[in-house]
Amino acid sequence: MAIEVRIPTILRQYTGGAKVVEGTGDTIADLLTNLDASHSGLRARLITDEGALHRFVNVYINDEDVRFLGALDAKLNDGDTVTILPAVAGGALAFAAVEALADNLR
Amino acid sequence: MLTIGRDIIDAIVAHARRDHPDEACGIVAGPIGSDNPVRHVPMDNAERSATFYRFDSMEQLRVWREMDDRDEEPVVVYHSHTATEAYPSRTDTSLAGEPKAHYLLVSTRDPSTEEIRSFRIVDGTVTEEPVQIVDASVDPTAVTTYMFGQSPAAVDYECSTGH
Repeated sequence: MAIEVRIPTILRQYTGGAKVVEGTGDTIADLLTNLDASHSGLRARLITDEGALHRFVNVYINDEDVRFLGALDAKLNDGDTVTILPAVAGGALAFAAVEALADNLR
Repeated sequence: MLTIGRDIIDAIVAHARRDHPDEACGIVAGPIGSDNPVRHVPMDNAERSATFYRFDSMEQLRVWREMDDRDEEPVVVYHSHTATEAYPSRTDTSLAGEPKAHYLLVSTRDPSTEEIRSFRIVDGTVTEEPVQIVDASVDPTAVTTYMFGQSPAAVDYECSTGH
Protein backbone atom coordinates (compact mmCIF):
# COMPACT_ATOMS: atom_id res chain seq x y z
CA MET A 1 0.00 0.00 0.00
CA ALA A 2 1.28 3.43 -0.91
CA ILE A 3 1.50 6.08 1.78
CA GLU A 4 2.44 9.65 0.95
CA VAL A 5 4.82 11.09 3.54
CA ARG A 6 5.39 14.84 3.89
CA ILE A 7 8.90 15.64 5.12
CA PRO A 8 9.78 18.84 7.03
CA THR A 9 12.70 21.04 5.95
CA ILE A 10 14.97 19.87 8.76
CA LEU A 11 14.71 16.20 7.67
CA ARG A 12 15.02 16.69 3.91
CA GLN A 13 18.74 15.97 4.14
CA TYR A 14 17.64 12.31 4.35
CA THR A 15 15.36 12.48 1.31
CA GLY A 16 17.68 14.20 -1.15
CA GLY A 17 15.76 17.42 -0.59
CA ALA A 18 12.39 15.86 -1.44
CA LYS A 19 9.37 17.38 0.31
CA VAL A 20 7.17 14.34 -0.29
CA VAL A 21 8.23 10.69 -0.45
CA GLU A 22 6.30 7.43 -0.70
CA GLY A 23 6.49 4.43 1.56
CA THR A 24 4.57 1.35 2.57
CA GLY A 25 3.53 -0.24 5.86
CA ASP A 26 0.53 -1.32 7.91
CA THR A 27 1.55 0.84 10.87
CA ILE A 28 3.65 3.94 11.48
CA ALA A 29 6.44 1.71 12.83
CA ASP A 30 6.39 -0.39 9.61
CA LEU A 31 6.33 2.73 7.47
CA LEU A 32 9.36 4.24 9.21
CA THR A 33 11.29 0.98 8.82
CA ASN A 34 10.34 0.89 5.14
CA LEU A 35 11.35 4.53 4.64
CA ASP A 36 14.68 4.02 6.34
CA ALA A 37 15.67 1.49 3.64
CA SER A 38 15.57 4.20 0.97
CA HIS A 39 16.21 7.23 3.23
CA SER A 40 18.83 6.03 5.67
CA GLY A 41 18.97 7.95 8.95
CA LEU A 42 15.41 9.27 8.83
CA ARG A 43 14.04 6.72 11.30
CA ALA A 44 16.69 7.50 13.91
CA ARG A 45 15.59 11.14 13.95
CA LEU A 46 12.01 10.14 14.79
CA ILE A 47 12.41 7.23 17.19
CA THR A 48 14.31 7.21 20.48
CA ASP A 49 16.90 4.63 21.50
CA GLU A 50 14.17 3.05 23.62
CA GLY A 51 12.02 2.57 20.53
CA ALA A 52 9.35 5.20 21.21
CA LEU A 53 8.28 8.08 19.01
CA HIS A 54 10.44 11.09 19.86
CA ARG A 55 8.54 13.46 22.11
CA PHE A 56 9.45 16.55 20.11
CA VAL A 57 8.36 15.26 16.73
CA ASN A 58 4.74 15.41 15.62
CA VAL A 59 3.50 12.71 13.25
CA TYR A 60 0.03 12.90 11.75
CA ILE A 61 -2.07 10.45 9.74
CA ASN A 62 -4.27 12.63 7.55
CA ASP A 63 -5.74 15.06 10.13
CA GLU A 64 -4.93 13.14 13.32
CA ASP A 65 -1.94 13.25 15.66
CA VAL A 66 -0.70 9.63 15.93
CA ARG A 67 -0.34 10.11 19.71
CA PHE A 68 -4.12 9.77 19.82
CA LEU A 69 -4.11 6.75 17.47
CA GLY A 70 -1.64 4.44 19.19
CA ALA A 71 1.61 6.24 18.30
CA LEU A 72 3.94 3.85 16.43
CA ASP A 73 1.21 1.21 16.36
CA ALA A 74 -1.23 3.53 14.60
CA LYS A 75 -2.76 1.73 11.61
CA LEU A 76 -2.29 2.94 8.05
CA ASN A 77 -4.57 2.48 5.06
CA ASP A 78 -3.77 2.74 1.37
CA GLY A 79 -3.89 6.36 0.29
CA ASP A 80 -3.26 7.83 3.73
CA THR A 81 -1.04 10.88 3.99
CA VAL A 82 1.48 11.01 6.82
CA THR A 83 2.83 14.43 7.81
CA ILE A 84 5.93 14.86 9.95
CA LEU A 85 6.51 18.20 11.69
CA PRO A 86 9.15 19.12 14.25
CA ALA A 87 7.37 20.19 17.42
CA VAL A 88 7.83 23.90 18.02
CA ALA A 89 8.82 24.02 21.67
CA GLY A 90 11.29 25.53 24.08
CA GLY A 91 11.31 27.94 26.95
CA ALA A 92 13.30 29.23 29.84
CA LEU A 93 13.05 26.00 31.81
CA ALA A 94 16.45 24.42 32.42
CA PHE A 95 17.42 21.75 29.95
CA ALA A 96 17.91 18.99 32.54
CA ALA A 97 14.38 19.54 33.80
CA VAL A 98 12.98 19.23 30.29
CA GLU A 99 14.83 15.98 29.74
CA ALA A 100 13.49 14.62 33.02
CA LEU A 101 10.00 15.72 32.03
CA ALA A 102 10.35 14.10 28.62
CA ASP A 103 11.53 10.87 30.25
CA ASN A 104 8.61 10.86 32.64
CA LEU A 105 6.09 11.35 29.88
CA ARG A 106 7.51 8.76 27.53
CA MET B 1 19.35 40.73 9.92
CA LEU B 2 15.66 40.42 10.61
CA THR B 3 13.58 43.17 8.98
CA ILE B 4 10.04 43.30 10.34
CA GLY B 5 7.13 45.74 10.49
CA ARG B 6 6.44 47.84 13.58
CA ASP B 7 2.79 46.70 13.56
CA ILE B 8 3.84 43.04 13.75
CA ILE B 9 6.34 43.70 16.55
CA ASP B 10 3.63 45.59 18.44
CA ALA B 11 1.24 42.65 18.01
CA ILE B 12 3.88 40.15 19.20
CA VAL B 13 4.77 42.23 22.26
CA ALA B 14 1.07 42.70 23.05
CA HIS B 15 0.56 38.93 22.81
CA ALA B 16 3.52 38.32 25.15
CA ARG B 17 2.23 40.90 27.67
CA ARG B 18 -1.28 39.45 27.51
CA ASP B 19 -0.12 35.91 28.29
CA HIS B 20 2.41 36.97 30.95
CA PRO B 21 3.38 35.29 33.31
CA ASP B 22 2.97 32.32 30.96
CA GLU B 23 5.20 32.13 27.91
CA ALA B 24 3.55 33.21 24.66
CA CYS B 25 4.47 31.78 21.25
CA GLY B 26 3.63 32.08 17.59
CA ILE B 27 4.95 32.60 14.10
CA VAL B 28 5.09 35.23 11.41
CA ALA B 29 4.59 33.67 7.99
CA GLY B 30 5.89 35.08 4.74
CA PRO B 31 6.23 34.02 1.10
CA ILE B 32 8.73 31.16 0.67
CA GLY B 33 12.23 32.48 0.08
CA SER B 34 11.23 36.12 0.63
CA ASP B 35 12.63 36.45 4.17
CA ASN B 36 9.74 38.86 4.64
CA PRO B 37 7.53 38.21 7.70
CA VAL B 38 4.07 39.58 6.90
CA ARG B 39 1.36 37.41 8.47
CA HIS B 40 1.31 37.20 12.27
CA VAL B 41 -0.17 34.00 13.69
CA PRO B 42 -0.32 33.90 17.51
CA MET B 43 -0.37 30.26 18.66
CA ASP B 44 -1.66 28.63 21.84
CA ASN B 45 0.99 27.58 24.30
CA ALA B 46 -0.26 24.03 24.91
CA GLU B 47 1.90 23.86 28.05
CA ARG B 48 0.39 27.02 29.60
CA SER B 49 3.61 27.41 31.53
CA ALA B 50 5.80 30.25 32.75
CA THR B 51 8.93 28.32 31.80
CA PHE B 52 8.05 26.20 28.77
CA TYR B 53 6.11 26.47 25.55
CA ARG B 54 4.92 24.08 22.93
CA PHE B 55 2.65 24.68 19.97
CA ASP B 56 -0.57 22.68 20.18
CA SER B 57 0.03 19.86 17.68
CA MET B 58 -3.35 20.11 15.96
CA GLU B 59 -3.16 23.90 15.67
CA GLN B 60 0.35 23.54 14.28
CA LEU B 61 -0.84 21.10 11.59
CA ARG B 62 -3.62 23.47 10.59
CA VAL B 63 -1.32 26.51 10.43
CA TRP B 64 1.47 24.64 8.61
CA ARG B 65 -1.04 23.35 6.00
CA GLU B 66 -2.38 26.87 5.56
CA MET B 67 1.17 28.10 4.91
CA ASP B 68 1.67 25.28 2.39
CA ASP B 69 -1.51 26.30 0.56
CA ARG B 70 -0.38 29.93 0.46
CA ASP B 71 3.24 29.14 -0.54
CA GLU B 72 4.44 30.54 2.76
CA GLU B 73 6.94 29.42 5.37
CA PRO B 74 7.48 30.37 9.03
CA VAL B 75 9.88 33.30 8.55
CA VAL B 76 9.79 34.11 12.27
CA VAL B 77 9.19 31.74 15.20
CA TYR B 78 8.74 33.71 18.41
CA HIS B 79 8.22 33.09 22.08
CA SER B 80 8.53 35.01 25.30
CA HIS B 81 10.65 34.56 28.39
CA THR B 82 8.78 36.00 31.32
CA ALA B 83 11.44 36.25 34.02
CA THR B 84 14.73 36.04 32.14
CA GLU B 85 16.51 37.75 29.26
CA ALA B 86 15.47 37.41 25.62
CA TYR B 87 18.18 34.89 24.81
CA PRO B 88 17.70 31.25 23.73
CA SER B 89 17.94 28.77 26.58
CA ARG B 90 19.62 25.41 26.09
CA THR B 91 16.12 24.02 25.72
CA ASP B 92 15.34 26.48 22.93
CA THR B 93 18.56 25.59 21.17
CA SER B 94 18.20 21.84 21.41
CA LEU B 95 14.59 21.87 20.24
CA ALA B 96 14.90 24.39 17.41
CA GLY B 97 13.52 22.61 14.34
CA GLU B 98 13.26 25.35 11.72
CA PRO B 99 16.78 26.08 10.45
CA LYS B 100 15.57 28.78 8.05
CA ALA B 101 13.54 30.70 10.63
CA HIS B 102 14.45 33.80 12.61
CA TYR B 103 13.95 32.89 16.27
CA LEU B 104 12.57 36.02 17.90
CA LEU B 105 12.59 36.24 21.69
CA VAL B 106 10.63 38.74 23.73
CA SER B 107 11.26 39.23 27.43
CA THR B 108 8.36 40.50 29.51
CA ARG B 109 10.34 40.61 32.76
CA ASP B 110 10.12 44.42 32.80
CA PRO B 111 6.62 45.75 32.09
CA SER B 112 7.91 49.08 30.79
CA THR B 113 10.78 47.93 28.55
CA GLU B 114 10.42 46.34 25.13
CA GLU B 115 13.11 43.67 25.02
CA ILE B 116 13.30 41.81 21.71
CA ARG B 117 16.19 39.95 20.12
CA SER B 118 16.53 37.69 17.10
CA PHE B 119 18.64 34.61 16.49
CA ARG B 120 19.40 31.93 13.96
CA ILE B 121 19.58 28.49 15.51
CA VAL B 122 21.12 25.87 13.24
CA ASP B 123 22.46 22.51 14.41
CA GLY B 124 22.58 23.70 18.00
CA THR B 125 24.52 26.86 17.20
CA VAL B 126 22.99 30.19 18.18
CA THR B 127 23.86 33.32 16.18
CA GLU B 128 22.35 36.63 17.17
CA GLU B 129 21.38 39.04 14.41
CA PRO B 130 20.28 42.68 14.31
CA VAL B 131 16.57 43.49 14.17
CA GLN B 132 15.41 46.30 11.90
CA ILE B 133 11.91 47.48 12.66
CA VAL B 134 10.31 49.39 9.81
CA ASP B 135 7.19 51.46 9.76
CA ALA B 136 6.23 52.85 6.39
CA SER B 137 3.24 54.68 7.82
CA VAL B 138 5.12 56.67 10.43
CA ASP B 139 5.31 60.44 10.06
CA PRO B 140 9.00 61.13 9.32
CA THR B 141 8.83 64.37 11.26
CA ALA B 142 7.32 62.76 14.34
CA VAL B 143 9.38 62.70 17.48
CA THR B 144 10.47 59.19 18.33
CA THR B 145 11.47 57.90 21.69
CA TYR B 146 13.22 54.74 20.53
CA MET B 147 16.43 54.18 22.43
CA PHE B 148 18.41 52.99 19.40
CA GLY B 149 16.53 54.88 16.70
CA GLN B 150 18.54 55.62 13.58
CA SER B 151 15.73 57.22 11.65
CA PRO B 152 12.07 57.77 12.38
CA ALA B 153 10.97 55.08 9.89
CA ALA B 154 13.50 52.38 10.74
CA VAL B 155 14.77 51.32 14.13
CA ASP B 156 17.77 49.06 14.42
CA TYR B 157 18.28 46.96 17.49
CA GLU B 158 21.99 46.30 17.45
CA CYS B 159 23.49 43.13 18.74
CA SER B 160 26.96 42.03 19.66
CA THR B 161 27.48 39.30 17.07
CA GLY B 162 26.97 38.65 13.37
CA HIS B 163 24.94 40.37 10.69
